[in-house]
Formats: sequence, structure tokens, C-alpha cells
Amino acid sequence: MRYAAVVDVMPKEGIADPQGQTIEKALPALGYGGVAEIRVGKRIELQLEAAGPDEARERVLEMCERLLANPVIEVYEVTIR
Amino acid sequence: MSARVGVILFPGSNCELDCRRSFDALGAEVEMIWHGDVALPDVDLVVLPGGFAHGDYLRTGALARFSPIMDAVAAHAAGGGLVLGICNGFQILCEAGLLPGALKKNVGLKFLCKWTELRVDNADTPFTNRAHAGRRLRIPINHFEGNWYVDDETLRSMKENGQIVLRYTSNPNGSLDDAAGISNATFNVFGLMPHPERACDLLLGSEDGALILGSTLDHVASDARAAV
Repeated sequence: MRYAAVVDVMPKEGIADPQGQTIEKALPALGYGGVAEIRVGKRIELQLEAAGPDEARERVLEMCERLLANPVIEVYEVTIR
Repeated sequence: MSARVGVILFPGSNCELDCRRSFDALGAEVEMIWHGDVALPDVDLVVLPGGFAHGDYLRTGALARFSPIMDAVAAHAAGGGLVLGICNGFQILCEAGLLPGALKKNVGLKFLCKWTELRVDNADTPFTNRAHAGRRLRIPINHFEGNWYVDDETLRSMKENGQIVLRYTSNPNGSLDDAAGISNATFNVFGLMPHPERACDLLLGSEDGALILGSTLDHVASDARAAV
């Protein structure tokens, strides 16, 4: 079976996110006040062959640990469709 | 016998010739090593130079850590061999787990290309033995992801062990504890964001970088004497 997976990678909670901080400073300049806690991550989409959704998830989680995310500074969430 | 230095060339490296020239001038025998090789030649020191290995895609160093040569680099380090990562090379060593932490984007999201002043806070390492503690070094930086981060517990033990070897006197990028150069617990693997290979000649504005590169050669020479 072919599965579609979506991986959302985000900076770990409590770790300063320079991209989020910079955007947070830029928004008020455009007139958007009251915006806080901006965090910037990335979304990775992929398709893979697997026997079932559990195996698909298992494999994508392994990819996250080894390559797609850096567990020192990032957390990830996998969605299988 | 002079020290043997191997400089690894990744697709996208761009400081490998500066490294070769500077180590040459200090009297080392320098050899270039292709990242696709699986074995290292007989070298005392492995250098991972600056640049944009594998285009820095995904994260800096994320793909380079899987280059075929990296298993041999890890084995060299595990056997006590010296490994030096400069800028992108530092990022690769962190991704490979050979050094603690990770390099985030600079605070302020600016690419920084300028001279910095560093302070040697541990002169008792193979990478700083030519300096003395407190010595100030003028060495340039040239990076977008130099904002070093590590968890609190690891930072505490690193500080106790003296693994924060070099600090910026004026933090340019948000790096934790002002760290500019850090070492592993056994002090044979060292990574720094500043470029010592670009500061080995007064014509270029400073020769303080030679203290870092030259220290590795002195360390190799004293090891060789001890082995006789």
C-alpha cells in the first residue's frame, strides 16, 4: 500500500526561535499589534510504501529521528493518510 | 616528522583550500579527502572545513553527516584521533553527534561576516595549547547558523569540564554562554564557528588563527615524542 505522510517539525518548547522572534518584531510595524508567541517550523510531505498504516508511521518516525528532525532542538509530529 | 592533516572535501565545501594553505604554512603535511571515500588515509588530524556541504539542505550539516567518510571520522574520533570542525564543519560534527548541541539561526536572522574577538577560556586542550587562558584572539566569522544551543544539564557539565574552550567577548549571534568554540568531553574533537584558517597571516588582518591550528601540530608532536 502507498501511504501519504505529513511531518510537522517545530522548535522545542522553551528554546528560543530566532525566526519567530524576528517575525514577531516585524508584525507590529505593519500595524498588527497584540501578536505573541510566534514559532516557525517546517512541514515535510512524503509518500511511502508500507504493509499498513502502523508500519508506515513506524518508518516515518525512524526517518524523523535520524534525518528529518534534529531531536536536540526540534520536536515532530507524524500524520499518516 | 611533521603532522599529517586530512581536510575533507564535501560537495559545497568552500574553505578547504584556505585550510590547506594555512596548515601548509605551519609545516604540516596536508592531504585532501573526498567525502565519498569510506576510509581515511593515515592522518593525525581530520579537518571538516567551512562551506555549505550538500547545499545545507534541510538543516546545516544534516545531510553531510551521512556522507560515506563520516563513519571513518567517527571511528578516528572514538580512537582518540583529533577532529577539527570549522563553521559548517562544526555544524556537521554536532549533527553527527560527535559534539554536543546544535547550531540555530543567528539571533536577528542576519548572515554575519565580520571580525570577532574571542577569549581562550581553556588553554589546556590540543586546539589551544599555544595560547594561555584569557588570551584574546581576533578571528573572523562568516555564518547564518552560529547560534549554539545545548540543554541546561549538558551545558552545566560542559562548563565544569572546561569544554567551552573559546568565548566571544561580544556575542554576535545569540550563542549560549557566549560559546564560540566547544570540545567533546575527551578534548580530541573541537568545533568553532570563527575561521582560524582565515587569520593566519598579517596580510589578512590577523595571525591569531595560527595559534589554534598550530596548537594541533604541537599536540601531535608531543604525542609522537611520548610514544618514542
